[in-house]
Amino acid sequence: MASFKPTKIHVYPKLGEKVTQDTLYWKNYKAPIQIKQFGAVSNVAFSPVAPYNFAVTAFTRIHIYGPFSQEPIKSFTRFKDTAYSGRFRSDGQLLVAGCEDSVVRLFDVGGKTALRMFKGHTKAVHLTDFTSDRYQIVTGSDDYSCRLWDIPNATELNTYREHTDYIRCGVTSKLNRDLFITGSYDHTVKLFDVRTDKSVMTMDHEQPVESLLLYPSEGLLVSAGGRFVKVWDLLKQGQPLVSLRNHHKTVTCLCLSKNGERLLSASLDRHVKVYNTTNYKVVHNFDYPASILSLALAPYDESIVVGMTNSVLSIKHKKSPSESKDSTSQQRRRPSYRMFVKGKNYIPKQDDFLVGKQVKEHLAKHDKQLKKFNVSKALDTALEPEVTVAVIKELNRRGTLKNALAGRDEQELSRILNFLIGNLVDARFTLVLVTPAEMILDIYRSIIGQSPVIDRQLLRLHELLERELDYQRELLEVLGMLDTLFASSLPRNKTQTF
Amino acid sequence: MVEHADIRVVHRGGSKINFRAPVISDDSRLLLCASGECVKVYSTSTEECVHHLRAHTDVVTGVVLRPSNHLQVYSCSMDGTIRLWDFTDAILIKMFHLVAVHLQQSTEQLVEARELSVVISHVSSNPAAIAFGRAGEYLASTKGLQLEVFFLKKQKSNRFSLKEENKKGRKNTFSCVTCHPTDDCIATGHEDGQIRLWRNFSHKKEYTYSTLHWHHTTVGSLCFTPEGTNLLSGGVESVLVQWRYNQDTQRDFLPRLGAAITHVTVSPDGTLFTTTHSDNKITIIRSGAKVSAVIQGLVKGESIETDLLIDPRSKALVMNGKPGHLQFYSLQRDKLMYNLDIVQQEYIYQSDLQQFEVVKAAFNSSGNWLATVEREQKDAELELNLKLWAFDDQTQSFVLNTTISAPHENRITALCFSPATDSQTTTVLVSSSKDGHFKAWQLAAHTEDEGPCWSCDFVGAYHGLVPSCCCFSADGSLLAVSFQEVVTVWSSASWELLTTLSQPPGDIRDLCFGQLSCSKYLLGTSTSNLLLCWNLLTCSLEWSTSMDISLLLADPLSENMAAFSSFSSLLSVFVFKPSEPRPIFSQKAVCSGKVMRAVFAPREEMLESCEESSQWLNRCQLYFLSQHMVNSSAAGSAQPNALIGSHQSLVAMTPFHLLLGKRPSLLQTPAHVLPSTSYLCSMFVRSLLISVTDNRSVTQYSYSTNTHSSAFTGFILHGSQNCPFVVNLFSGAERCLRKL
Repeated sequence: MASFKPTKIHVYPKLGEKVTQDTLYWKNYKAPIQIKQFGAVSNVAFSPVAPYNFAVTAFTRIHIYGPFSQEPIKSFTRFKDTAYSGRFRSDGQLLVAGCEDSVVRLFDVGGKTALRMFKGHTKAVHLTDFTSDRYQIVTGSDDYSCRLWDIPNATELNTYREHTDYIRCGVTSKLNRDLFITGSYDHTVKLFDVRTDKSVMTMDHEQPVESLLLYPSEGLLVSAGGRFVKVWDLLKQGQPLVSLRNHHKTVTCLCLSKNGERLLSASLDRHVKVYNTTNYKVVHNFDYPASILSLALAPYDESIVVGMTNSVLSIKHKKSPSESKDSTSQQRRRPSYRMFVKGKNYIPKQDDFLVGKQVKEHLAKHDKQLKKFNVSKALDTALEPEVTVAVIKELNRRGTLKNALAGRDEQELSRILNFLIGNLVDARFTLVLVTPAEMILDIYRSIIGQSPVIDRQLLRLHELLERELDYQRELLEVLGMLDTLFASSLPRNKTQTF
Repeated sequence: MVEHADIRVVHRGGSKINFRAPVISDDSRLLLCASGECVKVYSTSTEECVHHLRAHTDVVTGVVLRPSNHLQVYSCSMDGTIRLWDFTDAILIKMFHLVAVHLQQSTEQLVEARELSVVISHVSSNPAAIAFGRAGEYLASTKGLQLEVFFLKKQKSNRFSLKEENKKGRKNTFSCVTCHPTDDCIATGHEDGQIRLWRNFSHKKEYTYSTLHWHHTTVGSLCFTPEGTNLLSGGVESVLVQWRYNQDTQRDFLPRLGAAITHVTVSPDGTLFTTTHSDNKITIIRSGAKVSAVIQGLVKGESIETDLLIDPRSKALVMNGKPGHLQFYSLQRDKLMYNLDIVQQEYIYQSDLQQFEVVKAAFNSSGNWLATVEREQKDAELELNLKLWAFDDQTQSFVLNTTISAPHENRITALCFSPATDSQTTTVLVSSSKDGHFKAWQLAAHTEDEGPCWSCDFVGAYHGLVPSCCCFSADGSLLAVSFQEVVTVWSSASWELLTTLSQPPGDIRDLCFGQLSCSKYLLGTSTSNLLLCWNLLTCSLEWSTSMDISLLLADPLSENMAAFSSFSSLLSVFVFKPSEPRPIFSQKAVCSGKVMRAVFAPREEMLESCEESSQWLNRCQLYFLSQHMVNSSAAGSAQPNALIGSHQSLVAMTPFHLLLGKRPSLLQTPAHVLPSTSYLCSMFVRSLLISVTDNRSVTQYSYSTNTHSSAFTGFILHGSQNCPFVVNLFSGAERCLRKL
């Protein structure tokens, strides 16, 4: 007596990307927390000291959020116009921000009012940053100039007027207090040395530069502008290393993961892409609901903060190790340890015959029903789409699919129809599901009009099929167009004649 | 044509063991069943064949224990003899010649009328339609819609007829009959699946019957247990149903026995049940609940769609057998080794239900990989699966590696692996299909976490023609694919079309490369009755000959090729080397009927033969599958025959040899089991005379369970031809037969 062979469930090819270490790492974040701001979030900056608060610049305010609170710890609201580029000093004590009204303000993180106001720019200031010696501020403005200020005296130390368009981004060296780099809409990136009064290096990005980033070693510089992200080698006089074009709209923000292994770029096309910094291949991709203006990664990648044009701030926290494991399985009371080790240290003698435990075969629910030839029930007990499709296939093979579908009441029929509506146009299942769909229409043709529920579902099915037909037609059209393109692009007399 | 006395065709087994119901010995240790021309004795516990009882010269049609001596058995055969055997030692004790008689001729025979009497005429040819009743008191016979009961003591018979269809439109035709061992009760099975229990049938009018119904189609077999407490029934559902006698509602089932049940028998002590199945299998069921042993013969499906293959590892013959399975059959031991489940689906019996069939199979040269194609044809939809199986050293069986659903859009016409010249090169599988493409599949590692699996490497086509066969050269560098009348040669390294060879008119039917020193030759046969040989070095036709070749195959171990030609309905076989115009061996009239499939099977040890004509058989044996004895059985059984060099035949070419040559059984049987020479001589002389009455043969006999004072009580004999009749022989039968 052979045992019942269970229904073979076809393994369909998995759609979507492959699972790699990176996907696992970047998927290991909780669902995003979304906080509504007053306007587009133009900048997000993390404090370099624990507990790693972050400053969010949105419209005329700068909010400081703690790592886990959803309410701002602190707000700076004394801006007359839109604020820009709120950044922390390396000790986390001071915060500098530019403004549309051309005044640069310096705040104490503990206080409320501005400690210093730096006036001198004539247009909006989009770039503010501290130098690494902590006593000077670099600013860049829409008046094409960038200036160096002294914090204690609140005086302007120097002005650089080498750019020929708006200066929108820049970065100061963390290792050398005399170096800073600015990027401008005149397509150039310039490295300035405070000691020489002029730029020492100029790189041509060929697009308006939106964001700059220095590697921790400061040998490589990353610039973003237009759809391009470019990497420059500063030690080789600004030689371009790579040009990446993975976004289809302007890249607005750049950031590095904790150990500099991954580079993140955010763009107006609503994606954040993660690159491997050794081969600059995209290894992961995040989708966001709106165009992204700012992006920041907490130290140790604890959270990803993204500011968008729809004035929503999205914060994703990393799952804690206990959560990332399956925390659903509750600890049950188990038999004592002694129970398990009983007889474990017994060494079988040479002529001992080991009697194995007979493994009882468990059949899936639908197989149990199929074994009893309960075809209708078998169909009802199969839950997942793959299983249901396998059962439908099996019933069709046995020639009993019609029996399984017939004789259903409203509720049972609507369940089947729901399943069909959900899966009929799935390319993996279409071939199998067309048969039961036809059968249902044949069997239940006479009762159409008796139940509003069924009628509604049939109408939906009808709509779905029409939409699918249109879609297929369009796809065929595209295919035809592509064929002509390919045919014309192929060299002529390559085809062999036999 | 020279007659080769030392090469002949030998039937090598694979006979049916499900032809008649088996018999279990009294101690339930041995099981006897008729199998082709011999009776096989199996052990019921180890499933091994213990003895072959060989002496019959035609199909054995019945086996029955001798009631007075439980260590002896009678067998009857189509050759018109009944033989008595000691089955524990496989010794022939006695032989009776039966001469069946025409009814109208009976007066002219030398038969004493008191010893022969006709009790029932118009008997069904199915042995299951006749049964002896309680202690041999009556005899029940069914045919069509009629049940006839003959009372032996009263010498009268009652007839009961049923209507053709009952109210629900079910067919009432009888299919089998059995009698209760202690009670006056006859159980009959019907084509609509009903079982009727007849009682009180000694009265013509007041008889009664009750109905049991579980089977949904014809009841194949019925059997009472020796005590009469249970009734066993089986049918195509492959479920053994056990009914409690007199408790009609209670029944037990033993489901999924594998295939349709054709016979159910019970051992004399009631401990063992056996069910015989349509897939040439006998299942032994112990104590009514557990399958304890399975005796499996060569399974003959409806058609051998996969070619005959030789598994390079086990040297077993591989072909499709049970639905959805491949069978591995040991040629040396004439035993089925195992079945490999290809389709892996629950087998459901239902009439007109299309099942998945294994249609193609191929091994690679080392036997590590097996490729199978299964097909389901439902209406216009065609479902194809190409599966690749890897040999697992640990479990010593094939494990599914890759399933490719819908590898082609239409039927696959050929499947072949490239021969691996060394272990480094990956082997390539080529499949050609009616959709006009041939595809090359290659083993490739896809991801790190999964093992390597097969994927498509190349899709080839030639002017939209349909490829019919494909073949790799011996070193694997060339692939020849025939597209109707054109043969294309491709390089397997770059998949480039190298050359085309054509020889119109007529499509190419068979294609194979020469081996070893003849590997430059490509041979093909075409539908216009041509055997063609191309030289691939010059890309030209080397020679061709007009010949109707039905099958062409190459010996993998030598340069030889074998061709089967069915010229004027006589089958002849030719063995030749492609480089030499003269055939090495040829024999006409090898066997009757068409050769379906053939294969060269390597010998276990090489023979040292010096004779030129038989040298080609030194390394290999040529097996072929013929439509053997198509006329004798409607099932169209195909049996493998083997052409082997036999070195026992030292007989010179004398007229005596020619005469004896026709009766090989006389020479095959060991001398100590043969009857005395004087007896043989008379028989031999008689066989040379033209017999007028020898056109009849015994097909079945059966006996009643009661034992009279004499050795046995009765035979039921009936001829196989149009006018069956029953002869009842009483105690003097042996003497009577001797007289005849």
